[in-house]
Amino acid sequence: MAYLDHAATTPMLPQALDAYLRTARALGNASSLHGSGRTARRTVEEARERIAEVLGAKPGEVIFTGSGTEADNLAVKGIHWDRRTGARNRIVSTAIEHHAVADAVAWLGDHERADVTELPVDKLGCVETTELAALLDERADEITVITCMWANNEVGTLQPVEAIAAMAAPHGIPVHTDAIQAVGHVPVDFAASGAAALTLSGHKLGGPTGTGALLLRRDVKATPLLHGGGQEREIRSGTLDVPGIAALAEAVTHAVRTRETEAARLAGLRDDLVARLRAAVPDAIYNGDPELRLPGNAHFSFPGCEGDALLMLLDAAGVECATGSACSAGIAQPSHVLLAMGAEADDARSSLRFTLGWPTTEADVDALVAALPEAVRRAKTAGLT
Amino acid sequence: MSGGVDSAVAAARAVEAGHDVTGVHLALSKNPQTYRTGARGCCTIEDSRDARRAADVLGIPFYVWDMAERFHEDVVEDFYAEYANGRTPNPCLRCNEKIKFAAVLDRAMALGFDAVATGHYARKGEDGLLRRAVDPGKDQSYVLAVLTPAQLAHSIFPLGDTPKDQVRVEAENRGLAVARKPDSHDICFIADGDTSGFLKNRLGTEEGEIVDAATGEVLGSHDGSHQFTIGQRHGLGLKRPAADGRPRYVLSITPVDNRVQVGPREALRIDRIRTGRPVWLAPEREGPFEAEVQLRAHGEVYPATVHADADGLTARLHKPAFGVAAGQALVVYDPDTTGDAVLASGTIDSTASIEAAGV
Repeated sequence: MAYLDHAATTPMLPQALDAYLRTARALGNASSLHGSGRTARRTVEEARERIAEVLGAKPGEVIFTGSGTEADNLAVKGIHWDRRTGARNRIVSTAIEHHAVADAVAWLGDHERADVTELPVDKLGCVETTELAALLDERADEITVITCMWANNEVGTLQPVEAIAAMAAPHGIPVHTDAIQAVGHVPVDFAASGAAALTLSGHKLGGPTGTGALLLRRDVKATPLLHGGGQEREIRSGTLDVPGIAALAEAVTHAVRTRETEAARLAGLRDDLVARLRAAVPDAIYNGDPELRLPGNAHFSFPGCEGDALLMLLDAAGVECATGSACSAGIAQPSHVLLAMGAEADDARSSLRFTLGWPTTEADVDALVAALPEAVRRAKTAGLT
Repeated sequence: MSGGVDSAVAAARAVEAGHDVTGVHLALSKNPQTYRTGARGCCTIEDSRDARRAADVLGIPFYVWDMAERFHEDVVEDFYAEYANGRTPNPCLRCNEKIKFAAVLDRAMALGFDAVATGHYARKGEDGLLRRAVDPGKDQSYVLAVLTPAQLAHSIFPLGDTPKDQVRVEAENRGLAVARKPDSHDICFIADGDTSGFLKNRLGTEEGEIVDAATGEVLGSHDGSHQFTIGQRHGLGLKRPAADGRPRYVLSITPVDNRVQVGPREALRIDRIRTGRPVWLAPEREGPFEAEVQLRAHGEVYPATVHADADGLTARLHKPAFGVAAGQALVVYDPDTTGDAVLASGTIDSTASIEAAGV
């Protein structure tokens, strides 16, 4: 079986799994004052320090959460709620955010009458900032928070987060970035980016599912989503998941420290995949920025084919990948990212995402290139429904 | 896989028979929430979840295929159009004809599959003919009688040899959570079961007369001829009883002048039926032949002499039928102790009473 869906989830790194099991055997609530509690607390705080160190943050800026989705919601809703006033009620987002951000923003718009500005992207999937500049000139006072992902989860295009943060800085507007696909894959330095908040997730970089973190600058407040024991600066209550946090720290530090060599290896494999796929299926369209993209991401449209049909045929042939689209009640919808990039609805339904991760080898690429032409032939015969 | 017990067990049996099986759930509405009413119908989000769960237990891949547009065009629009024309359609039959064994089968074949297996209660004989299921109460050969031999050749009905209650027991034994899920009886795209309201929503309301067929007397009014079916007795809203005190039935519906004619049950008596272009599931027959015909799903069976030509079937019933509606299918069976075989079918266009015509 060739697994080419590492952006969905990637296996835990052996050292992260070891850290998890080692810690899970120990007793202790990190909020308790006795010996067991102190041991747990030490594990958590060391994890916090290690994550902060490799990501250019201060330990006090790390807030552990139960998922990337939670951290995204906490940043967008929490900062918006804290900063909103009668006159300041606008969120600036982009057309290509992950649902964890996009739907949180939409919810605030639908249920709390937040004004929403959605920044467009160019045809390579990169956010355009012209509109933001105009907005900041005229109505900066209206904006509670700006959110822009670091790298797109579908087409892999890297986003101008630093530029946006620099534009927002003079106005004192906090910028949040969903860096779930970026951390461990491209250089990420929280302080240098100028962002006020940054989301990361454990299971996209070799840590456990159900772990995530929000890096939140100390001078930025966020109204909590969860109220309770007051953990994590009283911003995220809930008993700390000590083994999860230990494993997350192990995964983040390993991924960041080995990033340069691993990214080069993955980019090499990816470039090979792209070249061989194009040779095998000449009419395939390579989506996203060919240069400024995640090293392990290759995203294609296959004209005349339905992404779902291709996925099914590849799955049957032992190759696992993703369609570029989200599901609504099990029905594939055209990808909002491709639509935002200007693709026709049919092309937006005909795409597949192949994502490489730390266990990926040339054999996975071989399997894909072997299975794909027949899958495309059949899917084309079936056509678009 | 609709999410019900039948298709789940059918899939299990197909797997056991050694087939390489993929589960497919059909999304038949662009907005499934609007159809969502618990365990009813076959196109709700919960049903899709139940189907996926069954596929997971069987260890087979599972996909949702979006057939909403085709379904709307070929089944729902046809449903409206038939009622608007004073006829009574059978949407399940239309769905089998246009969706399950056409759009789905075509797509499956293109993707490299050999056949579509469903949870319908019907059998396919060694001779390739479609036959009734062993469970007479569940037999669905009637709604499958629109399949051409080519479609039939690529269809599998794993449940035809088993009574329904045994299928439930089998589901239970296989650990399928849908074992006790209630059967769906309603039209899947009318979630609340209110066919009258569904038709009014689209076709609107227009006041018309309810007329005594014999005397021409106006007996009452209605708000749309599409609200009626031939043979219908209830819901006529007539204030005065008939002179003879006997119940009155809908005898004819004429959308052109929005008139509904009513009369006594005898007036519904017919013994001659003409259909539109026939579908032959068995080798075509020429000249008159003796057979049995069925005029509605789970309806009575009538011995008949059937004439066939290129444009339709004509059946002379050997005993009269009452309340036969145009738009339903006439299905011709060859009686057989090993399971009646379907020979042909056609959509009923008109009916007549030879007796009444004085022939």
